[in-house]
Amino acid sequence: MTTFLGVPLRRHAHAPESPLRGTESFPQAARRELANPQLRANLAHATATIRAKRAAVVGELADWEALRDSGSAIKADVMARLPELLEQFEAAFTARGGTVHWAADADEANRIVTELVRATGADEVIKIKSMATQEIGLNEYLEEQGIAAVETDLAELIVQLGHDKPSHILVPAIHRNRTEIRDIFVSEMTGVVEGLTDDPRELAMAARTHLRRKFLSARVAVSGANFGIADTGTLCVVESEGNGRMCLTLPDTLITVMGIEKLLPTFADLEVFLQLLPRSSTGERMNPYTSLWSGVTPGDGPQDLHVVLLDNGRTNALADEVGRAALHCIRCSACLNVCPVYERTGGHAYGSVYPGPIGAVLTPQLTGMQGHDDPNASLPYASSLCGACYDACPVKINIPELLVELRARSVDDERGGMPGGWDAAMKAASWVMSDPKRFAAAEKGLQLGRIVAGRDRKISTLPPPLSGWTQSRDLPAPPAQTFRAWWRETHPEEQA
Amino acid sequence: MTGSREAVLGRIRAALATAGPVAAQPVPREYDRRGALAPGSPEAIELLVDRLIDYRAEVQVVAPAEVTAAVARALGDAASVVVPRGLPDDVLAACEQDGRQVVGDLSEIPLTAAQLDGIDAVVTGARVAIALSGTIVLDGGPDQGRRAITLVPDLHVIVLRADQVVQTVPEAIALLDPTAPLTMISGPSATSDIELQRVEGVHGPRTLRVVIVG
Ligand code: SF4
Repeated sequence: MTTFLGVPLRRHAHAPESPLRGTESFPQAARRELANPQLRANLAHATATIRAKRAAVVGELADWEALRDSGSAIKADVMARLPELLEQFEAAFTARGGTVHWAADADEANRIVTELVRATGADEVIKIKSMATQEIGLNEYLEEQGIAAVETDLAELIVQLGHDKPSHILVPAIHRNRTEIRDIFVSEMTGVVEGLTDDPRELAMAARTHLRRKFLSARVAVSGANFGIADTGTLCVVESEGNGRMCLTLPDTLITVMGIEKLLPTFADLEVFLQLLPRSSTGERMNPYTSLWSGVTPGDGPQDLHVVLLDNGRTNALADEVGRAALHCIRCSACLNVCPVYERTGGHAYGSVYPGPIGAVLTPQLTGMQGHDDPNASLPYASSLCGACYDACPVKINIPELLVELRARSVDDERGGMPGGWDAAMKAASWVMSDPKRFAAAEKGLQLGRIVAGRDRKISTLPPPLSGWTQSRDLPAPPAQTFRAWWRETHPEEQA
Repeated sequence: MTGSREAVLGRIRAALATAGPVAAQPVPREYDRRGALAPGSPEAIELLVDRLIDYRAEVQVVAPAEVTAAVARALGDAASVVVPRGLPDDVLAACEQDGRQVVGDLSEIPLTAAQLDGIDAVVTGARVAIALSGTIVLDGGPDQGRRAITLVPDLHVIVLRADQVVQTVPEAIALLDPTAPLTMISGPSATSDIELQRVEGVHGPRTLRVVIVG
C-alpha cells in the first residue's frame, strides 16, 4: 500500500458546513453527543431492534455467504471496468429516451439539476431520500435558487420539519423517539389533527395526509438510485413507504442523481443485490417496494427522464486501494447498526452525511484529509476496531483493516515519513487485522500481557519501540476477555 | 451539458492506472439460482402465503371456479374500482358485482392522479411472484396497466395464477423484461422510521389482498 496521507485533492477546502465535513473533530463531537442520555437510549433501542431482525432473516438463507462472495466480486469487477460500464449504461439509457449528464463535483451536479427544474417552469420538486443528493447539499442549493425541495420519506420529513440533520444512512431520524416526533409534528406541520398522540401509526397517517396533496400535483421529482444496470440502462430504487413510487411515476419529469460507483454490470446481477440489500439494511426478506425503469415507457410514468452521473471525489477514492474498497458500499447501513461506537455517539458526531464505520472510511477518501486540523482526519480513529462491521457487511468490505491503514498513513504524514514506533505498531496491527485467524491469535496473545502486568494490573515497562509509550504512562493490562468475546457473549442474537 | 463527461471518464482511467492493473476475476456464483420447490407447486405456494401474511397482506388460495367470488370478497365494500384493459373476464365480473363503479384505465384517456385518488380500489394480475421473499412483480402488462393505478387507490387486489409462483429471486429475475417498467411489491406500503416499529400504509395502498388461483 502507498504511504501518503489520504488522496490527492482536485478541489480544495470545502466550506466548514459541507455535507461531507463537520466543524469539529470526532472526539470533540462525540464527547458532546455522549452527554445526551436520550439520544443513547433511542439509538440503543433502535439498533438492537434492527440487529435482531437482520440476524433472523440472514439466518434464513443457507446461501448467505455465497451471496456475499458474489456481491463482493461483482463490485470489484465494476470498479475495474468502470469507464466501459458507464459508457454502456449511458448508451442504453439514452437509446430508450433518457438523457445522461455528467457532474465532476457537487456544484456542477446542483447546477445541472437546477437548470433541468427551471426548464420545466416548476418552483417545487418532490424528493425521494437519497444519499447522493444529501452529499451535494442539493436541497439547500435549490432553496437558494428559489426552488422548494420537499422530502417525502417519513424520516427525512421528521428531520426537515425538526430543522435537524440526518444521523443514519437509512433511518435518518433514528435519534428521535416517538414523543419527540409527535412534538415536532404538532409544532411544525400544518393541519395536524387535534390531540395527535405518539402512536407510530397515528404519526405515519399524519405524514400521509400532509404529503398526499404534494404527490398528486407535483410535476418534477428528484431521486437517487440504489443501482444502475450497465447492460440495460436500468435504474433501481428500493424503498418502503410508497413515497418513492409516487415520485418515480406521477410527475412528468424525473431527475436521478447517481454516484458513478452505483453500477452493476448486468440485469441478472440484481438477483444477488436484491437479496443482500433488504436483509442487511432493514432486516426484511424484501423491502415493500422496488421500482425499476430503463428509459421512457410511452403512456406510463415520467416522459422526461434524466440521470446525473456524479463524481464528487469518487475518482479520488478510486485511485487508492482503501477508497476503491470503500466504493463497493451499497449503503445498507448494517455496519452502523452493529457498531458499538456509532450506537453511543450517534451519527451527528461524524460530521458527514456518511456516518458510522463506512463513513469513517469513505468520508476522508471522498474529501481527502487536509492535515491534522481537518475534522475528517479524526474519523479513522472513530472505531474500536472490534470487527463487527466487517462481519455484517453484505459486500465484505474489511472496514477495520481500512481504518488501520488510514491511521497508519496519518501517523506517517505527521512524522514526515520517518518510521516510528507507533507507525511500526500500526503496520503490525494492519497485518494482524487483515486476517481473522491472525486477529484471533493476537487476542489470545493479549492474555500473556496479563501475566506480565502482575498484581497491580498495570504494565509499566515495555520493550522498544513501545517503551516510549510506557515512559510517560502505565498501560492498563489487557482485559480478561477480549472485546469480541465479550460482544459475542452479551449479544447472542448476533450469531447469524 | 455533457462538458464533464470526458473529464470524469479521464479521471477514472487515470485513477485505475494509478492503482495498478487489476486482473479480471471471475465472479463466483455459488448461491442458489434455483429453489428446491417447483414453480407453482403446493409447497411453493404455501411458502408464498406464509411470507405474504407475515407482511400483513391478506391471502386467499382458491380453485379456478371460485375466482369471481374470491375477488368480490377481496374488494369488500369498495364502491369504485379501477381496472386495466386486459383483466380476465372472471375477474372483471367480480369487479362489476354489488353495484360497484368500474373505471377502465384506457391508454387514450388515462386517468389523472386526482381522479385515481377518488377511486377506492384497483384489481390487477401480475407477472411473477417470489415465494422466498413474499414478493409480487408487476411489469405493466395488459392485465396490470400503468404503474399509477396500482399506487394511488388505497386497496390493491392482485390475482395470481399458481404457475406464476417461483421460489427464489434469481428464478424471477430471469423471467423479467428489463425494458418494462417493473414494480416489486412485498406487502402493503410500510414504514419503520419511528423507533424501528413497522407501520403498514404510509403513501401507497394501505391494504394488499392477494388471490392465488391454484
Ligand atoms: S460498508 Fe457494507 S455494511 Fe456498511 S453500509 Fe456499506 S455495504 Fe452496508
